[in-house]
Amino acid sequence: MKSVMEASALHVHFKARGSFIQEIFSNHQKKVKAVDGVNIQIGEGEIFSLVGESGSGKTTVGKALLALEHKTSGSILFNGEEIPSGTGKSSRRFRQKAQMIFQDPYQSLNPRDIVLDIVGEPLVVNNLIKTSAEKRERVIEALGWAGLRPQEEYLYRLPHELSGGQRQRVAIAAALILNPQFIVADEPVSMLDVSIRADILRLMVEMRDRLGISYLFITHDLSLAWLISDRIAIMYLGKIMEIGSSELIVGSSLHPYTQALISVMPLPRVTKNKKRLILKGETPDPIDLPVGCRFNPRCPVVQDICRRQEPELAEVTPGHQVACHFPKKLLVGAP
Amino acid sequence: MEMLSVRNLVTQFSIKAGQVKAVDGISFTLNEGETLGLVGESGCGKTTTALSIAGLLPSEGRVVSGEILLSGIDLLTLSQEELRKRRWKDISVIFQGAMNALNPVMKVGDQITEVIMLHDNKNYQEARKQVRELFSLVEIDPDRIDGYPHEFSGGMKQRVMIAMALACRPKIVIGDEPTTALDVMVQAQILNLLERLCRDIKMGLLLITHDLSVLGEIADKVAVMYAGKIVEMGSTEDILTQYRHPYTEKLVHSFPDIYGKREMVSSIPGDPPNLIDPPSGCRFHPRCSLATIRCRTEEPGYIDLGGGHITACHEIRGYEK
Repeated sequence: MKSVMEASALHVHFKARGSFIQEIFSNHQKKVKAVDGVNIQIGEGEIFSLVGESGSGKTTVGKALLALEHKTSGSILFNGEEIPSGTGKSSRRFRQKAQMIFQDPYQSLNPRDIVLDIVGEPLVVNNLIKTSAEKRERVIEALGWAGLRPQEEYLYRLPHELSGGQRQRVAIAAALILNPQFIVADEPVSMLDVSIRADILRLMVEMRDRLGISYLFITHDLSLAWLISDRIAIMYLGKIMEIGSSELIVGSSLHPYTQALISVMPLPRVTKNKKRLILKGETPDPIDLPVGCRFNPRCPVVQDICRRQEPELAEVTPGHQVACHFPKKLLVGAP
Repeated sequence: MEMLSVRNLVTQFSIKAGQVKAVDGISFTLNEGETLGLVGESGCGKTTTALSIAGLLPSEGRVVSGEILLSGIDLLTLSQEELRKRRWKDISVIFQGAMNALNPVMKVGDQITEVIMLHDNKNYQEARKQVRELFSLVEIDPDRIDGYPHEFSGGMKQRVMIAMALACRPKIVIGDEPTTALDVMVQAQILNLLERLCRDIKMGLLLITHDLSVLGEIADKVAVMYAGKIVEMGSTEDILTQYRHPYTEKLVHSFPDIYGKREMVSSIPGDPPNLIDPPSGCRFHPRCSLATIRCRTEEPGYIDLGGGHITACHEIRGYEK
């Protein structure tokens, strides 16, 4: 499979702001290592999911891939070429091909603009249309892709006149209007009622099938990732812990963190006596990362070596990589 | 033992456009040490139910009729002052995003101490001792009693709020989406804690959520709400596997099951109805694939399916699993 987006040894570090006194007298600048060495390849027409808890760095990866966040080091190749930074011509071309869908459709749409202008704005900004009739035509086409029909009924509406699901469809139409090749969808359904989540997910899959769009799907909900994606990567504190096909990650995961996440996932079943691997505490501060494996302080099967040496992401079976010194299955059987 | 009994509760809001029938005749009971889940989409009236029980409705809201019996006393007949004394002691509420309700410039321990001193007539030292015990109960290190809210993570702040809700040993705790803003692992920790508290201190828990899958882990009984009414109620097992109402079915099937088949979850077409002028007959009929003429004109009554499982649907017989 040809890869559309490829990140190697990607690092994104932020300066940590200490107190004023600390900033003056300390000669050691503290850093938040939000993304700390991530490698991913996303193929043509692939839906690739990045799953993790808050603070794992998943959104930062998504933003870095779109040059919305400066990378500290590493390379990001889009169709084999390093992505441009800055605001030049090549940067504009890149932005037409790579789009983002945000989490909150209540905040991502300008409340004073009508749907026609929101969806048509990318065309205007990029000087891709000459007349307003042309804009209208293109917007109608995009609204159709996003499943807002009859399109004419939506053109002159304001965001507050739309439901949450309809707003997210408008955001999707605006992302699709430039015929992108790659879309980063950051928690696109987590603000929506469960009854309409499926429609938005189905729409994403449909666009992949019809237009061959590749996705980076960022979510905290492993079950949604399992539902629509080809491959899943599990992130913890800026690093990928495990990566593999959806079936492998959910059915035969080998990293203790992945297995803990799966065991606590709520299910539409009676699970009162289910065996769970509930981890103690919370994700530690990314400023002071643990020595060795960054998961070691919370790991239920930690050994001495885990406190000294950081495990590399290594292939256990073809297409299944795990960053753990002792990858093995901890719980057996379904609930 | 029956602790809370809500009978034919009707709560309405007066807004410019008219009367919003947010809760329209719901009844349920909650027993000692039991967890009842109240589930539904946004706008179905689940939070209004919680606010009505706790006597915390905003000024536009009013309980029009019904009874809310707590250990046999109708809370709706009490004055504001009597109700204020009972809040915390009989009923307390954990709100969604409650961790943001802590006063940022006051030590967390003192915020709970204040509640205990006011409601239990204890002096500062006694109250402080009790807060330390509460902290151990909710698994926070008692030495953090003098910490400020910003020193606690989201999950820890939610534990502080639970400790505060338990401060005066209430008979009933209402949790309104208590884990919604939290990460899955922290959510599992909090649910585990609530489950243990129900068992150990015989607390009754009314858990309000939009997430049916959370209830599978913790609830004994589940009531499914739609447009201000309970459309189906039964044991968690009944609701998740033996559901008989088409709305419950759609709701259950909108969650992916990683131990089941990998197929696209279902969505529910249309939007929840306007509650100023709700649909005639069965309120779900405009979105229901089984709706008949009867559903459009006649409101269905409850059918008793045995073992506390009830449902309000005309088409239940044409709907064998």
